[in-house]
Amino acid sequence: MTRTHPLNQDRHGSSAIALVNARLIDPATGLDRKGGALIIDGVIADLGPSITARTAGDAEIIDCAGRVLAPGLIDAMVFAGEPGHEHRETLATASRAAAAGGVTTIVCMPNTEPVIDDVALVDFILRRARDTALVNVHPMAAMTKGLKGEEMTEIGLLHEAGAIAFGNGKTSLANAKVMRNVLAYAKDFGALIVHHLEDAPLASDGVMNEGEVATRLGLRGSPTAAETIVLERDIRLVELTGGRYHAGQISCRDSLDIVRAAKARGLPVTCGVSINHLTLNENDIGPYRTFFKMKPPLRSEDDRRAMVEGLASGDIDVIVSAHDPRGAEGKRRPFAEAADGAVGLETLLGAALRLYHNGEVELGRLLQALTVNPARLLKLGGGRLAKGAPADLVLIDLDRPWVVEPEALRSKSKNTPFDAARLQGRALLTFVAGRLVYNYAE
Amino acid sequence: MSIAAETSHPSFPHRHLLGIEGLSRGELVSLLDLSEEASKLSRQIAKKRDDLRGRTLINLFFEASTRTQSSFELAGKRLGADVMNMSVGTSSVQKGETLIDTAVTLNAMRPDILVVRHYAAGAVELLAQKVDCSVINAGDGSHEHPTQALLDALTIRRHKGRIEGLIVAICGDILHSRVARSNILCLNALGARVRVVAPSTLLAAGIERLGVEVYTSMWEGLADADIVMMLRLQRERMTSSLVPSQREYFHFFGLDYDKLARAKPDALVMHPGPMNRGVEIDSNVADDARSVIREQVEMGVAVRMAVLQALARQLPNR
Repeated sequence: MTRTHPLNQDRHGSSAIALVNARLIDPATGLDRKGGALIIDGVIADLGPSITARTAGDAEIIDCAGRVLAPGLIDAMVFAGEPGHEHRETLATASRAAAAGGVTTIVCMPNTEPVIDDVALVDFILRRARDTALVNVHPMAAMTKGLKGEEMTEIGLLHEAGAIAFGNGKTSLANAKVMRNVLAYAKDFGALIVHHLEDAPLASDGVMNEGEVATRLGLRGSPTAAETIVLERDIRLVELTGGRYHAGQISCRDSLDIVRAAKARGLPVTCGVSINHLTLNENDIGPYRTFFKMKPPLRSEDDRRAMVEGLASGDIDVIVSAHDPRGAEGKRRPFAEAADGAVGLETLLGAALRLYHNGEVELGRLLQALTVNPARLLKLGGGRLAKGAPADLVLIDLDRPWVVEPEALRSKSKNTPFDAARLQGRALLTFVAGRLVYNYAE
Repeated sequence: MSIAAETSHPSFPHRHLLGIEGLSRGELVSLLDLSEEASKLSRQIAKKRDDLRGRTLINLFFEASTRTQSSFELAGKRLGADVMNMSVGTSSVQKGETLIDTAVTLNAMRPDILVVRHYAAGAVELLAQKVDCSVINAGDGSHEHPTQALLDALTIRRHKGRIEGLIVAICGDILHSRVARSNILCLNALGARVRVVAPSTLLAAGIERLGVEVYTSMWEGLADADIVMMLRLQRERMTSSLVPSQREYFHFFGLDYDKLARAKPDALVMHPGPMNRGVEIDSNVADDARSVIREQVEMGVAVRMAVLQALARQLPNR
C-alpha cells in the first residue's frame, strides 16, 4: 500500500514532456540504461530506449545529453521552521532549497512552535505546502503531546490526516513505558515511529563527541553510549511490541552493530544517517566552528567510516540531510552555547556523490538510500523510475564541479558545514509531478 | 637550538595570546626569560616602566576573578598603560550574541589590549576574531589559561633551575580545569614528565592522548614527584555526583603530609588559588615551607607584565 499526498494530487504539469537521450537509473530495480522518459499528466507514462526525440510526438522535448535521470530525492528529515521559526526557514524557502538540490519530497519534523501534535497542525502544514511549496511536503507528527514524552498523541487521527510518521523531535522519549505504548499503538495503524537517539542525562552538558578532541578544546563531550543506550532499549521494545521502528539518525559504529543485529533477528527496524555523519567528523570542528555543531554530534573518523560501510552494505537504509536552518543569532556564539544543526538540502546530493567519486559507495546504492528506500519506509509512491510512477525526477550531472557559496543558498539560513566546499555533481533539472521546479541553467 | 641562543633573541611574533597550544618551546622560554626580568622590576622601589605608555588595556571579565584581574591590572599599570576594568556578570549577560556585541562596542573605544576571561571555551578566540586589538586569554571555560601555566612554569624554574625532566603531578579536577590543560601543554613543551592524578569521574576523556601519565591514586601518582600541583575542587562537583563528599575527597585526593611524603623530599607544593583548605589541600601543607603558593601570585604579575611587553612589541605604530 502506498499513500499519495492528500492535497497535492492536482499539481502536475498539464502538457507532455519527453526527456530523451538520458542515462536512466531506477535504484529500485538496478535499471541503468540509455533511453528516455515520457511524462504525461504528472506521471511517467512511458520509459525506455524507445522514447526519443523522433517518437516524442507533440511532447516538449528535453535533451538530457546522456546525463543521469533518476527519481527525485526523498529527504526524510527536514526541520523546516514553519510554524514558529519562519525567520529561519519557511516551507516555501525549504522547498526551493530542496528543488535546487534535486529533492522532490521532504518530511518536515514536528518540533515546531506550536508542536505538530494535533490534526489541525497536520492540516496546516499540508495546506501551507500546497499553497507555497515547490516540492512534496509530508509532516511528521509528534508521538507525544508537546513532545513532552508523557502522553501519546492521537496517532490514529493524525495518521489519517496525513502524518507520514511519528517522532519526538530532537529529544529521546525517556519513559520506556510510554515508548512501549507508542510502538504498540502505532502498530495497529501501520504507523512508523522515528526516534532521536540521545539519553539526555548521559549526554547532559555534552556539546560534541566525547574524546580527545573535546578534551583539547575544553568542551564537554557526549559519549556514543548516550546514543546506543536508547537504541538498545528501543529494540527491546520493538521485540516486545512488533511496532515499526526507524532510528532517525545513527552516528557511530556501535549503533550500526546494534541495528545489524536487530535486522538479523528479523525485527521491523531500519535506520538513517545524515549526510554530515557520512562526510564529516569531529576534527572538522577545528577552532570552535559552530556550523559543525549538531545532534547527534559529529563523531570520530572510525565512526564516520562505519557509517559509510553501513551504507555500502545496505544496513543503513536512508540518507537524510537533517536540514536544520539556524540564524546568526543561534550560531555566532561560543561553541557550548551555539545552536545545533546544519542546513543540507542543497548540498545533500553533491556531498553524497563524494562517496561515489571516492569509490566508497556504488552509485546505485547511494541513490537507493536517497530515493526508493525512504519511499518504501514512508509508504510513498515516489522514489521509482518506472512506468506509472509519479514524475518526481532529477536530472543529475555526476561530474559538474561547483563550490558551495553560503550566500547563494536558497535556504533562508546559511549555516552550512560545506561552506566553500568543492563538490562534484549536482542536480540540473528537478521535476515534481511533471512540473519543472528547478533549472540549474537559469 | 640552545637555551642561551633562545634567550639572547627573545621573540614572540604573535598578535594575541589565546593559549599555550601552538606556542613553540623557544617562545615559551623567551616569555619566561622576560618574566624573570619583570619580576626583578616588581621588587624594586620604582616599579614603573613606560612600555605601554599611552596604551589602553581593558580587563573584560565575564566570570568573577580577584587575583587574575588584579594581577593584570597591576601589570598593566606598572608598564604605564591606562587600565580599565569591566566585569560583566553572567546573570546580567544575555548570553552569546552579547559577547560579540560587547566585543564590537569595546573595539569602537579603540583599546590596544583586551584581557578577557569568559566561562565558555573558545569564547576568547571568538572575540579575538571580532576586534582589531591584541587579546589575552585570561581563562576560557575549561579550555586554557595560558598566563597561569606560564607563571607556574616560572615558579618551578626559579626553584628547580630547570623544567626538563622534572616529574610534575597535577592533581584534582582535571575534567573542568583550564589550568590543567594549559599546564599540560606548557610543561610538556618544556620537557617535563607530566602526570595527572584524579578520580576517574574528574578525568577528561582521552586525556592520555595529551601526553600525560594518568593515575587514580595519589599514593601512586605522587611517588617521586618533583612538583605537586593541586587544583581547586568546586563544591558543585559534589552535588553533580562526580565525587560523593568533601571528606571522602579529602581522604583520597586531598594533599596532606602522608600523601606528600610520597613525593621527593624537596618537592614543591603549588596551587593556582583560590584554595579550599581542608578540601583539596591540608591547611598546614598549604603553609608549609615547601609551598610556593604565594610566590605563584608574585610571579603572576611578572608573567603578565612580560606577556604585555611581548604583545606591545607587535602593536601597530611602533
